Amino acid sequence: MNTATMTENTTTLTISPRLAKSVRRNIKERVIELILMLAALSAVFTTFAIVAILFYESFGFFKTVSLVEFFTGTEWTPLFEDAHYGILPLVAGTLTTSLVALAVAVPIGTIAAIYLSEFASHKTREIAKPILELLVGVPTIAFGYFALLFVTPLLQKVYPVLPGFNMLSAGLVMGVMIIPYIASVAEDAMRAVPMSMREGSYAMGATRFQTAIRVITPAATSGIVAAYILAISRAVGETMVVAVAAGQQPNFTFNPTEGAATITAYIVQVAMGDLPHASIGYQSIFAAGLVLFAMTLGFNLIGHVVRKKFREQY
Amino acid sequence: MTTEMKASVLKNLDAVRAMIRRHKRNDMLFAMVGLVALMLGLLTLLTLFIDLVMDGYPRFNLQFFSDFPSRRAGSAGLLSAWVGSALVMLVTFLTAVPVGVAAGLYLEEYAPKNWFSDLIEINVSNLAGVPSIIYGLLALGLFVYGFNFGQSILTAGLTLGLLILPIVIVSTREAIRGIPVAIREAAYAVGATKWQVVSDHVVKYSQGGILTGVIIGMSRAIGETAPIITIGALTFIAFLPPSPISDVAPFINFQWLDSGFTVLPIQMFNWLSRPDHAFHINAAATGAIIIVVTLLMNGTAIYLRYKIRKNIKW
Repeated sequence: MNTATMTENTTTLTISPRLAKSVRRNIKERVIELILMLAALSAVFTTFAIVAILFYESFGFFKTVSLVEFFTGTEWTPLFEDAHYGILPLVAGTLTTSLVALAVAVPIGTIAAIYLSEFASHKTREIAKPILELLVGVPTIAFGYFALLFVTPLLQKVYPVLPGFNMLSAGLVMGVMIIPYIASVAEDAMRAVPMSMREGSYAMGATRFQTAIRVITPAATSGIVAAYILAISRAVGETMVVAVAAGQQPNFTFNPTEGAATITAYIVQVAMGDLPHASIGYQSIFAAGLVLFAMTLGFNLIGHVVRKKFREQY
Repeated sequence: MTTEMKASVLKNLDAVRAMIRRHKRNDMLFAMVGLVALMLGLLTLLTLFIDLVMDGYPRFNLQFFSDFPSRRAGSAGLLSAWVGSALVMLVTFLTAVPVGVAAGLYLEEYAPKNWFSDLIEINVSNLAGVPSIIYGLLALGLFVYGFNFGQSILTAGLTLGLLILPIVIVSTREAIRGIPVAIREAAYAVGATKWQVVSDHVVKYSQGGILTGVIIGMSRAIGETAPIITIGALTFIAFLPPSPISDVAPFINFQWLDSGFTVLPIQMFNWLSRPDHAFHINAAATGAIIIVVTLLMNGTAIYLRYKIRKNIKW
């Protein structure tokens, strides 16, 4: 009897501070979880803010400029007295530099990926992959210098009428810049092809080259195509190389030996000058940015869908 | 009869041997082409770096780091640019690292598997593909005019912080994913709360991996030009921001956050876009410095990751 009351007393005495502590602990845990969740939500917030700002500022722009003029006009002179607001010259510049870049990066990147995945020894791969990563990390402004003051003079020796600002050298340098990107994404896709398929092919007497071209590449097509599409998206959004080397004059042409401004180069050009807030020139860079954002988002989405949907299941 | 068959077999054998030789040659040829393709990026980087160093070597002296920019190329220096870069990086570090690590922790350790965490994940991977110049437009609309931060160090630091957030989040998640469940279970078994498990064990064991991602992100931020130009950073800054450390209590001040600034890549772009060749020398020297800094940072990160992979055995 006596002992029972004593234990009862001690338990009530010891439980209540424990309970209090546990409640405090739970609250603290919940608060921490909430803070961490808010941090994770910052990604959603950023996307939302990008879309909101681009639409909000473009909305002001499209009050003055009709959508028809924007998408079909072939002259882009928003800062001139006689202003024209056709985005096509900027889109043409963007596509031309990107196509030149892809013409360089797709074949070389693919060959490098096949080599890394199917031919290179373990040791070579261990050395090559970090180097590819280093290349991705080189600031693009340095490549801009290279395009303007090294590649362009070099090209002018072969083709003397090439202007100092041209899309060709910007595109070529951009192409070299995105080789590592294609190589590493495509290589990942090829390495994901199961070993048994290689072994089956070798057992039939195929050489490495035959196996790579006829077995591995078809099996990894979705990943390789995704690498190309993601590379396009990077080329389209690349800024400093084209702003430095391709010129800042909007020019409706697909001829890479001419100079022309891209969407990104135009944004840089306007931002360098001191435009008043809420002027049409200020709003025009957001309209241009919206087009750029839509283009890259489109390519990224297609890239992800291709990679997910058409992945071969083994 | 038998001799005829023998002859045809021998003839066939010769044909087969010739075919094998041909295929082996093709293999060798492709391996060589592949190696060249793989080396092309590295060779370009080497050419670029040597070109920058050769063009810029007259400016490699202490004077170059202690002089303000000037109208005369020969006496123009990097002082305001490197101080600006350092301060902007400080803000970037202080925003991107806590938010990025917290977001990574939430997504890996806390987030339930539902549409909400899917939404966050899609946003993180989408943000990684948004061109950097779009972040500049976001900052121009939101930080510069929306929040009235102006064209300040704070705006630039926050912008680059948002830009590298996906890099920090992804690398945090990858680092955490490598930790075996058994470690968490052991901690829970001795009565740890979720946060105690996360802060005492998960964060501790993934420190190296997180650090790797942070370094890669910071090196990306240091070379970024486009977003900083877009917020309208001035390119000619002949003063230093107020010192963060003052001689009166409380010994630190935050006026520098509001200060105008320039950073290394912007200074380089400014010199590069002048027609006068004397300024190109300065641009080349700056480019070489930026490349050395980013390569050192990336190299450290890659080495660190290699060490971690080698040393940790669960």
